[in-house]
Amino acid sequence: MRIGIDVGGTNTDAVALDGRAVLAWAKRPTTPDVTTGILQALQAVLQQLQASPEDIHAVMIGTTHFTNAVVQRQALDRIAVIRLGAPATTAIPPLEDWPDDLRAVVAALVEILPGGHQFDGTEIAPLDPHAVTALVTALQTHGVRSIAISSVFSPAVPDHERTVAQWLRDALPDVAITLSHEIGRIGLLERENAAALNACLVSLAQRTIAGFQQALERLGIRAPLYLSQNDGTLMTAEFAARYPVLTFASGPTNSMRGAAFLSGVHDAIVLDVGGTTTDAGVLVRGFPREASFAVEIGGVRTNFRMPDVLSIGLGGGSIVHLEQLTVGPQSVGYRLVECARIFGGTCVTASDIAVAAGRASFGDPARVRDLDPAIVQRLVGRIDQQFAELVDRMKLKPDPLPVIVVGGGSVLVPDTLPGASTIVRPPHAAVANAIGAAIAQVSGEVDRVFSLEGRTRDAVLAEARQEAIKAAYAAGAARETIEIVEFEEIPLAYLPSNAVRIRVKAVGDLRGAA
Amino acid sequence: MWQVDEAKLEAIAIGAGILGTGGGGNPYYGKLQVRRLLRQGAQITVIALDALPDDAVVVSVGGMGAPTVSIERIPRGDEWLVALRALEAHTGKRATHLIPGEIGGANALRPMVVSALAGLPLVDGDGMGRAFPELQMESFAIAGIPATPAALADIYHNVVVFPWLRDAKTLERYARAVTVQMGGAAGYAFPMLSGAQTRATAIPHTLSFAAAIGEAVLDARRMHADPIAAVCETTGGHLLFRGKIIDVQRRLVAGFARGWVELEGLDEYRGTHLRIDFQNEYLIARRDQDVVAVVPDLVCIVDALTAEPVTTEVLRYGLRVAVLGIPAPRALRTPEALAVVGPQAFGYPDVVYQPLPGVYGAEHAERLR
Repeated sequence: MRIGIDVGGTNTDAVALDGRAVLAWAKRPTTPDVTTGILQALQAVLQQLQASPEDIHAVMIGTTHFTNAVVQRQALDRIAVIRLGAPATTAIPPLEDWPDDLRAVVAALVEILPGGHQFDGTEIAPLDPHAVTALVTALQTHGVRSIAISSVFSPAVPDHERTVAQWLRDALPDVAITLSHEIGRIGLLERENAAALNACLVSLAQRTIAGFQQALERLGIRAPLYLSQNDGTLMTAEFAARYPVLTFASGPTNSMRGAAFLSGVHDAIVLDVGGTTTDAGVLVRGFPREASFAVEIGGVRTNFRMPDVLSIGLGGGSIVHLEQLTVGPQSVGYRLVECARIFGGTCVTASDIAVAAGRASFGDPARVRDLDPAIVQRLVGRIDQQFAELVDRMKLKPDPLPVIVVGGGSVLVPDTLPGASTIVRPPHAAVANAIGAAIAQVSGEVDRVFSLEGRTRDAVLAEARQEAIKAAYAAGAARETIEIVEFEEIPLAYLPSNAVRIRVKAVGDLRGAA
Repeated sequence: MWQVDEAKLEAIAIGAGILGTGGGGNPYYGKLQVRRLLRQGAQITVIALDALPDDAVVVSVGGMGAPTVSIERIPRGDEWLVALRALEAHTGKRATHLIPGEIGGANALRPMVVSALAGLPLVDGDGMGRAFPELQMESFAIAGIPATPAALADIYHNVVVFPWLRDAKTLERYARAVTVQMGGAAGYAFPMLSGAQTRATAIPHTLSFAAAIGEAVLDARRMHADPIAAVCETTGGHLLFRGKIIDVQRRLVAGFARGWVELEGLDEYRGTHLRIDFQNEYLIARRDQDVVAVVPDLVCIVDALTAEPVTTEVLRYGLRVAVLGIPAPRALRTPEALAVVGPQAFGYPDVVYQPLPGVYGAEHAERLR
């Protein structure tokens, strides 16, 4: 049995899964300490099952806790950012484009030292041990406990980042060190930014994840703990405590992966209808389609791959104007249960219209009986049109696609939509996020520049695939389940030497977790 | 005469991105460096092409190399200045002014760095009015200005000077080979022109034009108006298509990223397809079977909502985009220019150059020539 937990801003959800069967689930308010909320949700699930802690083989947690800390500039460490790249890269020092308020809170020390590599793997400059010795003194003076290290072309050649990390650890055994090549891909500033954001979060991550582990211990659960990453795969709790930044986009990813699992449909559009907005995403072979532009988090540019999500201002709490015949984008939000007509309030919301039209039955339908049926029909038409347009915008081909509907406001979605081959309403859709966490796989990724000099393209592609498969195995995947899910080949313009950048991702099921 | 300030810089970076027609490198990194220099008190003065004295010594400076290298091994920051100094040492002449070789993409910003570091004014103009993949496609070379002497410099301040090569196409090949040895990206300085030669051969007013495009986009975003319409109005461009990307094919041919992207129509373009061929930059747009825009006219792909330029390297299925066609500058539409920058020069013997209606730069046209 596996346990999936989603720690959101409002609720903490827990589910128990055995193979493909959802055994139990619970929803509890998120608490400020996080741990108590998890404890309560977990206890509720275990009670429903009359299960013992030994029955649990693995626990997976998805959380937006670290994203929120960056956005709110709270509980962040003061950091040093060390870049290895001189004499190159001095044109733009680390943290140059960060919002002033964030830089002021976190930046203690920023340095560019000799090091890094060229695209062909030769050194830009040898590392300078004396410069690192001087750096140690400066770090001690500033009392810095968390350091991010970046190095030019480290996704291809990580040696310099690793060597300098070792030197620093020898001199300062207690500092936390984030290496950029373990987090990001080609694109120095964006990868360095991600590493620096990670460094800011290390203390918070250590405390929070220790809290997660305490919650499990208090319930006597000894199973390994994993956290879900941006791409819908897992990392161990120990790795997550060092790389919290990798959880940043796990929310929408888990929701879509959960929707795919619950419905058994792997190529589809997912509509997550909440109180205020509807988020639409696309599942391709069970994984969210990724956005292609640089993504900003808390005003910092990174090159994480985030799910391609389009949001519109339409949800269960959307405010309806009967005269103008409009629905949304303003919403009563979480106050739906007091403001909506069907719950005794005075405001007409999208939920009231759904009930009046007979599409849903909750609250008190008598309280919307006075609405003019003709107007209700026209408003329903408006709602359906917005969903149909959203579906169409996300599609790549004109052929109809299945549409999976999850979220608290899913009753708003009609049973047929133009462009949708079918509307799938999976059971347990309210806890899709926690289920997405519970079913997550582990992955391995390669993103670097390969030389085609003197080798066939096929040989190079095979090498890249093998590297990704090895990385997935090292991350804990069961060998027989590993498959390549993403493959991208980008020739490097203007380099007649035939270099090519290859990105491959392999994923597989977690070893030993049924 | 005007000064580059942070607001102008922001606008020029956006305008240069759009004029990059999918290539030319991302102006973001250059923008950060120039902004840093401005915040340290640097002055960057821009003078009109017409105001150049005959005996001015004008040098085109910029960077060449692979965009993927330049987003990872970002510059030392003075490679272009070192190349300029090497060219000066070789010729025995001091530069009095700088000019961008290419207004499209990253090379719009690099002359500003040199201007700030060397205290030399910039000329409001460039050698392409857009971005092109090769050196011989500069208006200076098309007009017969010798490409050499030319200088390249790298992050170590290694310098290579080409005293004489027979033409710009030869320089393109030699400089490309040296750039690979310099780690895939290098700073360049060439050609060195007199004020009179610059006035006769440069495409004028393009720095102001890039700024105007960026300002139109920023104003439209601020007022929640349509930034794509604003770009069309400012550039004299046409909206060719709205759609989403359904396929991208890339392959490497002799060091260039060639390929095509296929779009499916949205809104009023529903039911039709647009295919765009590219070689670093977008070259030819075909709607269903009909050619709707051809190089040297500018084919630009921008984000459907924000008008943010979409470069060939970030093309991915599912992106929702608008495609714009902007008439090429007049200097690129002559028979001599078309022999170098027309469809035949890019390997399309059967495609006839059909000029887009209108003129490069709409209300700016008078000053853009």
